[in-house]
Order: sequence, then structure tokens, then C-alpha cells
Amino acid sequence: MLKYFLLMFVQKSSKIFGTLGCNFVLITFMLESRKPVILIFFYSIGIIYILRLFYLQILDPKYQSLGALNSIRREINIPLRGQIYDRNGKLIVANEEVYDVYVTPKKVVNFDTTSFCKLFNITKGFLDSTLTAAREYSKDRPSLFLRQLTKEEYASVVDAMIQYPGFTFEQSFFRTYPGKTMANALGYIGEIPQKKFEEQEEEYYRKGDYIGLSGLEKYYENELRGIRGVKFTLMNVKGEEKGQYNDGKYDTLAVIGQNLYTSIDLELQQLADTLFRNKVGSVVAIDPSTGEILAMGSYPTYDPSLLSGKQFSKNYAALSRNPDRPLNNRAISAFYRPGSTFKLVQAAIGLEMGVITPRTSFVGSPTMFAYHSGTYEAANLYNAIEKSSNPYFYNVFRKIIANNSETSPFAQARVGLETWGEIVSKFGFGKKLGIDLPSETKGVLPDVKRYDKVYGKNQWKFSNIYSLSIGEGEYGVNVLKLGNLCATLANRGYWLTPHLVRSTGVSKDNIKGFKVETHRTGISPRHFEEVVKGMGLVVSNGTGRSAQVEGIEVCGKTGTSQNKRGKDHAIFIAFAPKYKPKIAIAVVVENGGFGGVASAPICGLMIEQYLKGKVSRLAYKEQVSNTRWTTVAASSSSKSLEPKSTPVNTKN
Amino acid sequence: MAKEIDIKQGIDWTTIWIYVALLLVGLMNIYAAVYNVDNPKPIFSLEHNAGRQILFMSVSFMLILIILFVDFKVYDTFAYIFYGIWIVVLIGTIFLGSDIKGSKSWIKFGAFSLQPAEFAKTFTVMALAKYLSTMGVNVSKMKYAVRAALFIFVPPIIIILQKETGSALTFAALIIVLYREGLPGVYPALIISFIVLLILALIFPNWVVVLGLALFGVLFWYLFLKRYERNKQNLQRVIGLFILFSGFVLTVDFIINNVLAPHQQKRIKVLVNPDIDPLGAAWNVTQSKLAIGSGGAIGKGYLKGTQTKFDFVPEQSTDFIFCTVGEEWGFFGSFVLLGLYFILLTRLLSLAEKQKSKFARVYGYGVASILFFHILVNIGMTVGLMPVIGIPLPFVSSGGSSLMSFTLLLFVFLKLDAHRSYKV
Repeated sequence: MLKYFLLMFVQKSSKIFGTLGCNFVLITFMLESRKPVILIFFYSIGIIYILRLFYLQILDPKYQSLGALNSIRREINIPLRGQIYDRNGKLIVANEEVYDVYVTPKKVVNFDTTSFCKLFNITKGFLDSTLTAAREYSKDRPSLFLRQLTKEEYASVVDAMIQYPGFTFEQSFFRTYPGKTMANALGYIGEIPQKKFEEQEEEYYRKGDYIGLSGLEKYYENELRGIRGVKFTLMNVKGEEKGQYNDGKYDTLAVIGQNLYTSIDLELQQLADTLFRNKVGSVVAIDPSTGEILAMGSYPTYDPSLLSGKQFSKNYAALSRNPDRPLNNRAISAFYRPGSTFKLVQAAIGLEMGVITPRTSFVGSPTMFAYHSGTYEAANLYNAIEKSSNPYFYNVFRKIIANNSETSPFAQARVGLETWGEIVSKFGFGKKLGIDLPSETKGVLPDVKRYDKVYGKNQWKFSNIYSLSIGEGEYGVNVLKLGNLCATLANRGYWLTPHLVRSTGVSKDNIKGFKVETHRTGISPRHFEEVVKGMGLVVSNGTGRSAQVEGIEVCGKTGTSQNKRGKDHAIFIAFAPKYKPKIAIAVVVENGGFGGVASAPICGLMIEQYLKGKVSRLAYKEQVSNTRWTTVAASSSSKSLEPKSTPVNTKN
Repeated sequence: MAKEIDIKQGIDWTTIWIYVALLLVGLMNIYAAVYNVDNPKPIFSLEHNAGRQILFMSVSFMLILIILFVDFKVYDTFAYIFYGIWIVVLIGTIFLGSDIKGSKSWIKFGAFSLQPAEFAKTFTVMALAKYLSTMGVNVSKMKYAVRAALFIFVPPIIIILQKETGSALTFAALIIVLYREGLPGVYPALIISFIVLLILALIFPNWVVVLGLALFGVLFWYLFLKRYERNKQNLQRVIGLFILFSGFVLTVDFIINNVLAPHQQKRIKVLVNPDIDPLGAAWNVTQSKLAIGSGGAIGKGYLKGTQTKFDFVPEQSTDFIFCTVGEEWGFFGSFVLLGLYFILLTRLLSLAEKQKSKFARVYGYGVASILFFHILVNIGMTVGLMPVIGIPLPFVSSGGSSLMSFTLLLFVFLKLDAHRSYKV
């Protein structure tokens, strides 16, 4: 019965194919002469195979690279990372030889785990999990077991290793910091992040490789890392070596990493660390004639060695939880208002535009300020800078904004602000200065668009923007920009790209420097001379007297950056000497109040150190470094503790 | 006749030169595959497969001489007897055979062992040729087709009992012979449809394939059939075929997941998606593709392959010999080798068509089909187009049984061809 049904079915279906002769395949199979059909069938398979081979061997790039082949092992020889020096050849960052322990599971024989754990000071759990992971990766190939044994640790374990076959050592290095400073600018190295690993254009890094993650370590990664050596060795499926691939034709030698020769003055930098001991803030010192950074500090800072070596993740987590954000490099990324230091820019622009002369007085003119020294009505420009007169610069700015042919107050303010903004941006405000560090912020220079957005187009006039006159309002600057402003004033009208690294290379002679550009403000030097004269008075008689240094003519300007949370930030910028200046400094002490009180002494001491080679006012130095200014972060964290203790007190 | 026998007379030299070329290609690549970089041994050393292959070649040459000396009528006359004897040998092997790599298909002679299953192809083709050339047999009729199929089916069943599934599958190639001799085209068409459906069923979920079939059926009904053809009878046929194909798709899935042994399941699944198990079931395919792919356009050079040495590719000198060709000779070498094979196949088909005797013609088609099937599966498996089925590449893979059996298969036909003007 079943057989009959099947027969019927096959016959019927064959009839369908017979009657419905439309299908190409079927036509082919119904051909009378069958040899061509068979030949066509053979050849189509042949052509499919040829195409497949063409795809595999010629089109698909997956199989062509040496790295894809598991018979060829790429052994990477990582060269020593470049070291970092200060301007006098003192070592800031060095390398220390360490030993990484690798394990080849197949070669491991049963051993006494207790004494092994004791030897390496590891837990049984760590040993088991690492061994399991290594076994899962490969039984024949070495896996990383422990990172960075110091020379001492290595020496203490190496003799005992005879009992533990399968564990091998590989020389490696980690960063050490003889300078013990500048953590923020130097940055740190760490295991390559997953995203970066995937994004690399040519396959250079392997998983777990170290790479510069911030600061100079990141910016100069390509110079510092050197060039890796690659050795291709053949190996069989068991992972046993079988000699060189192609007689070493594709092998390359490792090239040692280039050193960074920075412009940092290590002693100056260390002095800044001391002076900022109990403060939150930042300092940038620049050599105005070259744009070289002499010191750059962000406080509170941290010991750079915390982020080098085995404890990286633990320490990193702790640092990133700190409310004062020590990992943040305030010098290039914080956001302050320039405060009264900006009056110097207004003065220079006013003079250049001809809306004021050094003799101009605004006594009796209307003003909207009633601030600290603010009510002081200056007799002339020098006097106004010296005493940081708010009404004076209110009037200067009003004149700058009104310096055009527009008659409507709205149009006048608009054109005036545009013209003003063009000149101000030449000082570097509102844009990156181009320092050789990653994550420099642009800052904010308020422009027409910004006010259009706030008030509506042609809906604002001078009375809406007047606070810009004294450096308050919508500005945002970092300390580097203030330092650069100071350098611009010191240079009487131009600045050079600030930079930390003078040259890179294997030796000091092999110079490959950072490209420094000269930026001109377009304001005549003679106008700057007038401003500088006022700055000299600031330190000799005015608000910045605490920056005085015996025997050196220091020019400076105080600033007070208004701050919504807590006390104002104290700003002081200064350069010295007055003629042929060698150093320009900007200091911000967060919540320090007046710049003349909190910041000026730091500037003075640093100028003394740099120009005289040492600080002779030791007691004063001690006093300045011990001064403590409560920060918002600190006070808010202590506040958060209070409610816990208060109820207890009231109950008792 | 014995006085002035000229064994060269009428022999097709084109085929012989291709045969010799393939043997040389084989020997070179076997030597490359077993070449030990640390400890190179001369090619004649019997310690490795290349040296042994030379020995097998000498034996094959003697075999050729014997074939050419023996009267060509013997193969026709004694076809059934050879076939019968060999069935007995095959059955005997199940009980007497030595266990090599899990299969009981080898008979040991001292240091060497022989695989009777390999020779079964020749005798099956002979018997099939004998049957199809019998007066009155016409495979376009169901009765004869079933009988012819019986000749083809018996040996592989015994071979499967020897656990040599790969070898058994090669007999399927003989459907080409049946088709040539008049089997209705619907059978190969159905087989091809089933293969296509099998692949589709592996790639796509069942319901997608069934839905696709339904859609195809509807389109077929409205676009391909003329209005007057859309009658009740044709509707039943189309629906019947749809049910048959859909049933097949669902059954395939069931069989793969529930009937096949796990290792067989994986072999089929990795074909469609090698990523599911790159270090396990797909290891062979992945490594083989890597080796061939890394050869590039012109290859890495003789004895310079790195993947095929160092044991990344398994069975390098036997089933995966094509990897060595691909890696060391590149696309150029692979193309030349495939070219040699297809010239040989074309030559065999045209010689077969020239035969006056139906026995010789059928036999010729049998030879071509068997060779074709081996090439199809063996190379297909190394480039990842076929599941891993352990069958040798004709004349190139190392191994005495396969070389001698292919030699026997081919030269019996050349002997018949030498006397093609005689009609038996």
C-alpha cells in the first residue's frame, strides 16, 4: 500500500515537472542529450570553487596578515619608555625595572600552594582564579600571572622558583617619580582602555598593554613609547618554537622611547607644592620670552607614584572620590572668572582705541559699582590699576563699547562688543592656547550670540553687559590663560604658545621640539608700557604689596573671582623683572578671598625662588604655606557630617 | 595474440599525462605536508608518507601493467563475479578488519594495510555497467532503475557498517551515470532541490523556509502557469510538492537535532556558521581556510607553508592535502590543480561518449562521476563549502589504498578505451 502510494506520488510529481516545463532547471534536466548537462554541472561546480578560492586567497584580507596565522608567533619586545627631565636636567619621571610573572599551565606540576602563596604574598583564591583563567586562555602559552615584582621581591623569590616549574619571569618596568611632583601635568600610564584598544588604526597595542592615559604621558605617547620590536617565530600547534619566520626578514628591532626635556624648573615646582600645602587652587609660571612653562601645579595634588604600579585601580578609585578632585588639572581645565586682572586688558584696549589716555579721569562720572576698593574714584589710569578701581573701568569699557558710529544703544552695544571681542580673543580668551597637554579647555569669552540668546536679538545694551568691564560676568578662564595674559603683558603685547616640552629625543642633542607660534594682540607696545607702569604700582603701593620681592621690580595685578558657592577665589598675576621679564605667574587660590591676600604672597615667593635661586624669607614661606583657606568642597563635606553628630548632642 | 601484444596501442596519452602530473603534484605536496623543519628527511625515506607514496606509486605502475596486459573483455565478462567476490571481502572486513581510527575497514598486510572499501567503487561501477548494458534494461523505466540502484546501494551499506561513512557516500555519485543512461531528470532535480532546501533549512529558521516555499508556490501559480493550466489537477500537484518540501524541511531539522550523533550535528552546523565552535568542531575548517587563504595569489613557496607544517591543519597529507597546495602555491597552484582535474573529467566524458560498447560508456561515466564526487567533497571541505567528510583527493592524497584503487578505476577504463572500436 505504502509502496503503491510512493510510486503514485513519484509518478505524479514527475508528471508535474513534465507538464509544467517552464522552470529553467527542469528544462535542463529534460534535455535529450545528457552529456552537456553533466558537463555543465561539473563546470559550474568548478567555477564555484575557483571563485571561492579567489575569494579566500585574493579578496579576503583576513587571511593575509602575519598576525592572523597561528603558526607564527609575534613576540613583542617593548622598549623602555622615555624619561622626563626638568630644564636643568633633573629627573622628574624615571623607570624602574620590575619583573612580571607568567605561567604556562601545561608545564605546571603539582606544588605546595600554601608555601607558594606565602612566597608571593597572594591569596589562595587569587592563585586558583588566575590559574583557571590561564588554563582557559591556553594550556601551552604563557599568561600573565603577577605584575611588577620589584627587584627586591624578585630576588627573594627567584631561588625558590626551581620548585615551581611553569612560572617564568619577564623583565618589565614601571614609572617612578624622583621629582615627587607635578602629578597632574605629567599624567599617568595604565592598561589600554577597551575603547581605545578597538579604535587603534594599526594594530599596535595588545590588550593589557600600558599607554599614556593623561597629561604629558598621553600627549607625547608616541614619542615616549618608542618603537616596539617585533620578532616572528614559528611555532607548532602545541606552542613549541620552531625557529625564525622567513629568516627574520620581517623582524624589527625595538627602538628605545624618547625622553622629554621639559622647561619645568623642578625647584620652583616643588616650592609651589609647599606653598599650596593647605590650599585648593592652581599656579602656572611661564617664561614670557619663550612660552615655556616653568611650573604648573594643581592643588590638592597627589603623589604620582600612587598611579604607577600594582595599586593603580585602588588608588585611582580613592582619588576620584575625593571632593577636591585632585585628579583634575585645574591649571588647564578649571573654570574661573578673571576678575580684576581683566582690567589690564580693558586698559590696553582703551588706550589702543584712543578712548582714554593715561591721564583720563572719570571722577564724577556715573557708575554702577559699589564694591570693595570699587568705590575708589581714580585720578588717572595708573591710579585706577593700582587701586583696582571699578568705576574707572566701568567707564573705560563703556567708552570702548560706544566707540563706533551706531546711534541706537542696542546696535552700539552690539557692534562695540564685536569689535572688543575680536581684540580680546587675540589675548587667547575663549580659545585653546595650544599647550602640549590633552584636555585643555577653551574657556568662555562672551560674544554677541550669547547675549542674543539670553536677551533676544537687539534686546540688550551696555547696561546688560557692564560687569564684563571688571572681569566678572560670563567669562570662563583657566589658570593657564591667566598666566598667558601675564606673559602677554610682560612681553608688551604678544605671547608664544605655552608649552612644557622643549625637546624630545634619546639624548639632549637630538632635538625635536614643540612647534611654538607667536601670537600678537595687535596693540602697540607703548600702550602696554602704560599698563605695566600701573602694574608696578600695584605691587609697590597698591593692592598687591604682599608680592614684593626685595631688589626685584615686580609688576602684578590682583583679582577676585566671584563665586556662587562660598568665598571668592583669590587671583594674582605677576611678572618680574619689569624690564626683560623672565617669569610670569598666575595664581588662583580657591575661596581665598582677596587676591592680594591669599595669592600675591605665593607669587612673590615663587618669583624670588626663580630669579634669586632660593627663598631667603623662610619664616614668611612657612607662614604662607601654613595658611589654610576653607574650600567649598571641604566645608560641604564637613557639613554633611554635622547632622549625624548634632542629634546625638541635643539628646544628651 | 600473446605473441605481439603492444600494450601501448590505442592508449589515451592525454589522460596518462594528466595522471602522471597529478601523481607528481601529489608527491610534492605530500612531502611538503610531512616535511619536518627541524629534522628534514629525504623524500625517499619510508619513515614518512611521501616515501611510502613513492612505494605505492611503484605498486600502482605494476598494477597498470597488469591491467594493460589482461584482455579487455575480462572486465565485462567477470563483472558480476568481481562484484560478488568483493561484497564477500567487504563483509569479511567487518569481522577480520583491524581497528584504525575507529573504523573497521582495514586489512593488515605486515606493515601496510589495505582498505577494501576503496576498491569496491571500481567493482560496483563494473557491475553497474554490466547490468545497464544488458539487453532490454532501460533505466527510464522504474523497474530497471530500482534494480540498478540496488547494485549501487549494497556496497555502501556494508561500508557504513565498517564505519567509513565518507567512503560510502561516494557511491551516491553514480546517480549521474543513471541519469546519463536515461533516468528521468526529475530525480536529480528532486535531489538538487532537497540539497538546496537542506542548506536553506540550516541557514534560516524553519518557518522562514516554509513561508518562502508557500510564497514561491503562489508566485509559480500566478506568474508561470498560463490561465488554462490553472486547473484542479495542477493545483493538487503544486500543493502536493509544497507539502513534500515543507515536510522535508521540518524533518531535516528534527533529524539534525535528534537523530544525528552530536559530532555529526556539529560538523553540519559549523558549515553554515563556523563561529559557533572555532576551537572544536570548526577547528579543521577554520585552520584549513586559514592555510589556504594565507597562500595569497602565488603562495608562500615550496616547503615554506607555516600552517600546514606545525600540525595546525589535521590529516595534512591525506584528506587535507589541498591545504598544502593552497598555502604553498596560492591561487595559481590551486587553479592549476583544479584545471588538471577538470581537463581529466572532460576528457573522460568525451572518451566515454566515443565508446561503441555500452559497457565501456557506462563504465567511463562511472569513473568520471566517482572522481568528480571526490573532488567536489574533498576540495569543498577544505574551502569550507562542504562538511568535513574524510575522503581522499584522487591521485594526490597520500595512501596506498586510495592511489591503487583510483589507478585501477581509471586504467580499466583506459584499457577498455584502447579497444573502443570493438563492440562487445
